[in-house]
Amino acid sequence: MAYRFDFAAVFDYTPVLAKGVLVTVELIAFGAAAGVAAGIACAWARTQGPRWLRPPVAAYIEVVRNTPFLIQLFFIFFGLPSAGVKLTEMQAACLAMAVNLGAYSAEIIRAGIQATPRGQFEAGASLAMSPGQVFRHVVLRPSLQRIWPALSSQIVIVMLGSAVCSQIAAEELTFAANFIQSRNFRAFEVYFVATAIYLLLAVLLRALLHALGRRLFDPGRAR
Amino acid sequence: MIEFSTWDILRNLLLAARWTVLLSLAAFIGGALAGIAVLWLRTSRAALPRRAAWAYIELFQGTPLLMQLFLAFFGLSLLGLEVSAWTAAGAALVLWTGAFLAEIWRGCVEAVPRGQWEASASLAMSRLQQMRHVVLPQAMRIAIAPTVGFSVQVVKGTALTSIIGFVELSKAGTMITNATFRPFTVYALAALIYFALCWPLSLASRRLERRTHAADSH
Repeated sequence: MAYRFDFAAVFDYTPVLAKGVLVTVELIAFGAAAGVAAGIACAWARTQGPRWLRPPVAAYIEVVRNTPFLIQLFFIFFGLPSAGVKLTEMQAACLAMAVNLGAYSAEIIRAGIQATPRGQFEAGASLAMSPGQVFRHVVLRPSLQRIWPALSSQIVIVMLGSAVCSQIAAEELTFAANFIQSRNFRAFEVYFVATAIYLLLAVLLRALLHALGRRLFDPGRAR
Repeated sequence: MIEFSTWDILRNLLLAARWTVLLSLAAFIGGALAGIAVLWLRTSRAALPRRAAWAYIELFQGTPLLMQLFLAFFGLSLLGLEVSAWTAAGAALVLWTGAFLAEIWRGCVEAVPRGQWEASASLAMSRLQQMRHVVLPQAMRIAIAPTVGFSVQVVKGTALTSIIGFVELSKAGTMITNATFRPFTVYALAALIYFALCWPLSLASRRLERRTHAADSH
């Protein structure tokens, strides 16, 4: 008894898939922006920040990097309300992605900052810049440029990880796929199409980040 | 109404964590074997196997692990196989781990200077002999730290198998939450157990990395 594939049954639900893609894009846009911002802040704290701030930041990074995203998501969505923090599924998903990417990108960005030649700090200081100004105007940009490929890969990984957000009913692409297969029972076809869309999103996101990196860091451009 | 103490929760989570450990080990060992096979193709001199291996790696690195699990779970049954969550989870994790390890190890093999290949070729070694006696022993030294580091990703990856119904630590966490209505405690404890599994691996990876770098700078 051969199984007959029926992909048309999936494309009847194209609007549902499209909406799912849109939500996935929203999630990664918020998650990436907030996550990289958190990463920069944590990388600053670990390299230049006040001593008292370093242990808690290091603890945050270690805890997030050594626990599964799914558990982080469940903790934020199901666990935090009992501590009085109630979030919608979209807020929880965005927060979890930002928290997750924040920890990973902090380590990546820190590596970039630590590769900064000492002379750069000294040159900044000799221009009477405060340590904060040196970090913002002298250190940060070349550091980000150095680690941009690694940071891009991590953002793509977090985008793919957003599939898990379906488990708290954030209505992204995987949620859409689950919904469709519960209607037409064409599980394999639906997940096949969703997987192909994720692959396409990954390729597009990588190209977008590459272009963004060129724009931000291209040494040939006048500043 | 049964009352659950925090100790009951922890005890049941730890019992379920055995499955997380077992699945991680199975995925890692199977993935290592798959990784070697893919690495062999990826570093082949013929274009076709090289491109096939590249496509395999791109496919598994460019799609969510969760989707791979769904496809394994629903796809294998289309092939007429009776799949349990255990089989599907194992199969998907092995393929996923294999893709990542192949790519990590490729970097290590390529870090071995080309002259080593040429020298061993000039000794009339076959490709297999070159790999086994000359290149792999050197590549393996570089590979240990990132491989241990990736094992952390494998342990965390097993959490996703809870979604296709495999009862390991995360699934147990969900089930216990449903029975106790104490998600904060349950998920915090589950996170703690994952942390206890993963952190030593992370630390070991970092220490090994430092040692490799120290050896290089001599």
